[in-house]
Amino acid sequence: MAEMDTSSQGGHKKGPGVKKSKKLSTRVDLTPMVDLGFLLITFFIFTTTMSQPTAMKLNLPKDTENPEEQNKAKESGTLTLLLGSNNNVFYYEGVLAPDASNFKSSSFGEIREVITNKKSWVIQNMKESDFVVVIKPSDGCTYKNVVDILDEMSINVVKKYAMVDISEVEAKLVAITEGNPAK
Amino acid sequence: MGRAKLPRKSTNIDMTAMCDVAFLLLSFFILTTKFKPAEAVEVNIPSSVAAKVAPEKDIVLVSIDKDGKVFLSIDDEGQREIIANAINTTKNLNLNVAAFKQAKFFGSSFAQLPQYLAIPEDNRKANALSGIPAKDSSNNEMIEWMRYVQQAYLGKKMNLLLKGDNVAKYPAFKNVIDAFKKNDFLKFQMVTSPTSVPVGTDLWKNNQKGLTREEE
Repeated sequence: MAEMDTSSQGGHKKGPGVKKSKKLSTRVDLTPMVDLGFLLITFFIFTTTMSQPTAMKLNLPKDTENPEEQNKAKESGTLTLLLGSNNNVFYYEGVLAPDASNFKSSSFGEIREVITNKKSWVIQNMKESDFVVVIKPSDGCTYKNVVDILDEMSINVVKKYAMVDISEVEAKLVAITEGNPAK
Repeated sequence: MGRAKLPRKSTNIDMTAMCDVAFLLLSFFILTTKFKPAEAVEVNIPSSVAAKVAPEKDIVLVSIDKDGKVFLSIDDEGQREIIANAINTTKNLNLNVAAFKQAKFFGSSFAQLPQYLAIPEDNRKANALSGIPAKDSSNNEMIEWMRYVQQAYLGKKMNLLLKGDNVAKYPAFKNVIDAFKKNDFLKFQMVTSPTSVPVGTDLWKNNQKGLTREEE
């Protein structure tokens, strides 16, 4: 109430009814700029660490001519996947029937279900170690297909899998099936 | 009565210092970020759930580009020199060892190697080169290349990497694997870009349980 106006600066004296003009601060609020800075920092941190390529290990078996040294797989626990061109996947369980009646077609989207179904069937009826997946890439498939299917093995925790050369009969079967999708 | 007036404290904090720090860090990260070097061999790698980071040292990298052409690169200069000398003694090609040592990657048949080394480094582009012949099994020069590599790295640590393009056809891949097998390189790693494990799969369940996955 009885305070003196000490803040008034020199210059002209204001009359009693004149409002004092507010002094504008020269300070800029830097908070949004700091926010932006840290946002960019986090962006750079994440993008730099995530682009590190990973490596997928693949151990090859030694080629052996001697059939006694080759690994044997139980027929009923075996799932054979054939990789065709245009991202087609074909599969059969056990041994390929002479009339190819157990030869089924699938795709990369559906093959996981096939693998998990077969795996749970083998676990229920046999031992898990009896489950073997045989991968037979045909000449038409791409490197990506092969990596994808090997990745599928690790996604579904398939312990035993092998990459085997496709046989002539199977290659023909794949070619015929791809030539006539209606079949 | 005169009262001591307390100065009104502002709630505004001076952000200038913090801003300085933020931008200092930002510039640090921008400058230290290693930009992906423009590769002569362009390869679009597939993705996988593999979590292991690809090694960066002692690598012997075999690249397969989209046309199935095969290229070899060795990161150690000393090993390149050993290999150059080995090729010179066995093949009598009279290679320029210094140029061989400088070369970042190789992508021609042995017969054309002297011409290949005469091309300036910057002009060696994958689409203009023929690649190491590995297309058919009768003339698979990869086998010989891998033999030289094996001899050079005898008793030393080495990471064999394979980097294939998404659309490279399987026969190219198979011929490279055959070359590996013939030289008893039974362990190799394929370079992939990481993806997350699909939810609900066995691997995902294992990861949730905290089981470490077998990387062998």
